[in-house]
Amino acid sequence: MTKKNITTPVTRDALGALKAGDEILLSGVIYTARDAAHKRLSDMITTGKRIPLDLKNAVIYYAGPTPPRPGRAIGSCGPTTSSRMDAFTPALLKLGLRAMIGKGDRSTEVRRAIRKNASIYFLATGGIGALLSTKIISAKAVLFKELGPEAVYRLEVRDFPLIVGIDSKGRDIYDKARRKKR
Amino acid sequence: MRKINVSRIRDVVEELCLKANFELRKDILDAIRSALKKETHRRAKDILKTLIENAHIARTNSIAICQDTGMVFVYIEIGQDIRLTGGNLRKAINDGVRKAYSRGYLRKSVVSDHFFRANTKTNTPAVIVTEIVDGDKIRIAVSPKGFGSENKSRIKMLKPTASVEEMKAFIIDVVKEAGPDACPPFVLGVGIGGTFDMASGLAKRALLKPIDSVNPDKRLARLEKELTKEINSLGMGPMALGGKTTVLGVNMLEYPTHIAGFPVAVNVSCHATRSASGIL
Repeated sequence: MTKKNITTPVTRDALGALKAGDEILLSGVIYTARDAAHKRLSDMITTGKRIPLDLKNAVIYYAGPTPPRPGRAIGSCGPTTSSRMDAFTPALLKLGLRAMIGKGDRSTEVRRAIRKNASIYFLATGGIGALLSTKIISAKAVLFKELGPEAVYRLEVRDFPLIVGIDSKGRDIYDKARRKKR
Repeated sequence: MRKINVSRIRDVVEELCLKANFELRKDILDAIRSALKKETHRRAKDILKTLIENAHIARTNSIAICQDTGMVFVYIEIGQDIRLTGGNLRKAINDGVRKAYSRGYLRKSVVSDHFFRANTKTNTPAVIVTEIVDGDKIRIAVSPKGFGSENKSRIKMLKPTASVEEMKAFIIDVVKEAGPDACPPFVLGVGIGGTFDMASGLAKRALLKPIDSVNPDKRLARLEKELTKEINSLGMGPMALGGKTTVLGVNMLEYPTHIAGFPVAVNVSCHATRSASGIL
């Protein structure tokens, strides 16, 4: 299967051509955010505060890296379980979040919100953080630095290998598996 | 009576933490390689190849196999003819973990309590289980366990009259529920018997055993084989994207139990199941 090259910022048009199951290589800027950062962003949104991160057409990567060795951009940096972020996701999509990267299944609400906002959910292979770190050119903690591995990092990636998990039409790579489970 | 200074235990724990995080266990790597030979599903083959490549990059560059460098489980068997000197054993073990996670650029994933969730910034405390055994040796096993799979682990208190088939059905259900989140192909540690806590302790310890070892108990050996076959016929595959490789190995440990009970615990572990052990 040929892998499509996608560059950030990802626009609705670029995503429209992608189908669940497609394999892509992502290049450009993405932001890490996992449980604690999601909770903080969500609390800000609920209390009507302006969130200190421009989500318009942004890509969020559910990840908490290991610290870099001297001379390296980042340590091991694979995806964490996406479903733990499900409750917070629709509100972020409403603010313009265009794409998410993680591992595993999403909730019905998230699938619906992805379709409604014409966004996309990418899967990264879990447990290969060492390999994925070689696709990250630079990393800088930009928000909630005190959270350590749970801070928001701005990552510059090149040819980051991903699979489309849920496309902008709401088609889901795990649909078949879900039916089988029942 | 043999004397051992706890500083030696600290140093061994430190080295084992580093080894476990950088070097994928040989039995696991061998199992992935042999699964790759049997796998026919295109995407499954691609993923298995990346697991092998990842293990190589981690070992060569001393970078963590997975960014979830876990909460550290330390299982230490102490011969009863040993006298420990030089300080507190638990402190020594935690010092070893702390040093490894700092020196090895490993992620500090432990939070101090459940309500404020403040990171302890040292990846300690570890979960430490001590066992007193015969002899004058100390055996230390260290396992940094990621929580993607830990979160999917389950225990069930079956009825004492439940059949072996019911037990197998429960284990298979745990695998189905674990799905992609827990990073298949899995390694399963299954603990049978004892009490509620004992069964899960056995399940955890079962993960420390090489997956290519044959269970000395013939009934368990047969069950491990059957479960491996049945789970691999589910079609889940690596990252649950299809394929023949859903489980790399199933290890079981058993203990006597009560007439009214039949506890079964399944500790789900990912394709990057990590542990290392040493003897003093």
